[in-house]
Amino acid sequence: MAEKIATREAYGSALAEFGYKYNIIVFDADLAEATKTIKFKKEHPDKFFDCGIAESNMLGVAAGAAAAGMIPFVSSFAMFAAGRAFEQIRNSVAYPQLNVKIGATHAGITVGEDGATHQCLEDLALMRTIPGMVVMNPADAVEARAAVEAAILHDGPVYMRFGRAAVPVIFDANNFKFEIGKGVILADGTDVTIAATGVMVEQALIARELLANEGISARVVNCCTIKPIDRELITKCAEETGCIVTAEEHSVIGGFGSAVTEVLCETCPVPVLRVGTEDVFGRSGKVPPLMELYGLTAQNIVDKAKRAVAMKK
Amino acid sequence: MDSVTRRELQKTAANVRLGVLEEVFSASAGHPGGSLSIADIITYLYFAEMNVRPEEPDWADRDRFVLSKGHTCPALYAALAEKGFFPKEDLKTFRHIDSYLQGHPDKKHIPGIDMSSGSLGQGISAACGMALAGKLQNKDYRVYTVLGDGESQEGQVWEAAMFAAHYKLDNLCAVLDFNGLQIDGAVTEVMNPTPLDDKFRAFGWHVIVIDGHDFDAIEAAFAEAKTIKGQPTLILANTTKGKGVSYMENKAGWHGKAPNAEEYAQGVAELNAYLETL
Repeated sequence: MAEKIATREAYGSALAEFGYKYNIIVFDADLAEATKTIKFKKEHPDKFFDCGIAESNMLGVAAGAAAAGMIPFVSSFAMFAAGRAFEQIRNSVAYPQLNVKIGATHAGITVGEDGATHQCLEDLALMRTIPGMVVMNPADAVEARAAVEAAILHDGPVYMRFGRAAVPVIFDANNFKFEIGKGVILADGTDVTIAATGVMVEQALIARELLANEGISARVVNCCTIKPIDRELITKCAEETGCIVTAEEHSVIGGFGSAVTEVLCETCPVPVLRVGTEDVFGRSGKVPPLMELYGLTAQNIVDKAKRAVAMKK
Repeated sequence: MDSVTRRELQKTAANVRLGVLEEVFSASAGHPGGSLSIADIITYLYFAEMNVRPEEPDWADRDRFVLSKGHTCPALYAALAEKGFFPKEDLKTFRHIDSYLQGHPDKKHIPGIDMSSGSLGQGISAACGMALAGKLQNKDYRVYTVLGDGESQEGQVWEAAMFAAHYKLDNLCAVLDFNGLQIDGAVTEVMNPTPLDDKFRAFGWHVIVIDGHDFDAIEAAFAEAKTIKGQPTLILANTTKGKGVSYMENKAGWHGKAPNAEEYAQGVAELNAYLETL
């Protein structure tokens, strides 16, 4: 069985590692132990600034530091970064196109026991609407590390989404290439494309095996970058497999699935079915039963893939 | 301050006020009241206090300015134009569709604007970030920001106030323009934020209370701020909203309204008459 590491762990480790290579500073809002920026703080104490429980000010401070030439990372839970500080991100960070990197952890339903107030299922939708914002949602620890370095090298605002729960490492760290804005075909297939992001990439790979048992050939595409979305690859997949299923640990309203449908209705209209949380809030619970309850399993992907294939005819 | 310097600053401030009137009249929109109340402070900052280079707006070692009460940018634009950051004739394009002079400060497109602002409460946070960066980079530039009195109702102002004191940002000097009026009326009646001097002191700031139209007092306050170590300084400036244009003075209605042609002519005449006396 693959090693399991939460993407927030990889985020914290990457900050600590890249703190030696690049001139970054890190802000947190009293959640360093949870967001794992504590790892950066331990190795670079002079470049770490706790802002206390004041996310709005934290984003503004980061914007000012970026305006003065620094590369600031800011971290909190996705709910309080993308949610509470949305307007600071829009007006203080993105409008002047400042070089602020937002590392939002504890995104999605996999927050688990803390429940609905902390399970942000709307952040991709919120961040995606902001002009010039790069939005990334890494699937595992390897991709999380690569996304952090890509964010540092990118000039402009970036939103990165990380999870609380440990997830399998699915990529090979020794042979991993990453480019902002590029999706990757992880496994080929001809009948349907499963386009997945974040923790749902693992479920998509499992779904592909289940579909194979039923004689359906599924292609799996990993889209870490939600914005700019890989229009070319998504269009190519629609043309070649004739239908698409999207999978994300996020509301089906406004997130990755929406981004895919926006592309395809303009370039290659084919049946698209979306796996994600419906128009509902989360609730407390352990992660596996939550994923089942909210329809975020490989089986949910299989069911929608079969329907999508049937809709082609 | 010697009388020649004072007179020159008064002349410049009057020209800034004329620029404010020209901008809001040309735009048929904008915020004259709070622009006129900060005209003397902005003038002092750009003509006597801050180390800036109009020919090199992005000079790395410049002093920084953030207009946290961004809606009063007509005063800032007029001062930047007077200083030579961009042509004075561009002021009449304020808020026009093809102009770079946006309705609120736009860092990306306006020479001399160090931070986009306009959503109240956010500018002071950005100023904190600049001050922190200055310390990290071992630069000795100072960071200035101007806040509104109504703006102090925003919770983010107090988050930033806490941050600035916590990180001992003594290279940060904030001015709070206490003109006493906001859109819906007197600040003390809409949502009373006073006593602001005591509140900032309690948050760990050094506080100086002045008459925000007295250049000697303004000079003394900024000089005192530079001597304060280990804490940020707030200059609480008591001002008159609409200062210098008789019919606008102390009228909340002139917060966000442009004068008509007749009113514009009267305001220009009043300011020109004042200039004649200098």
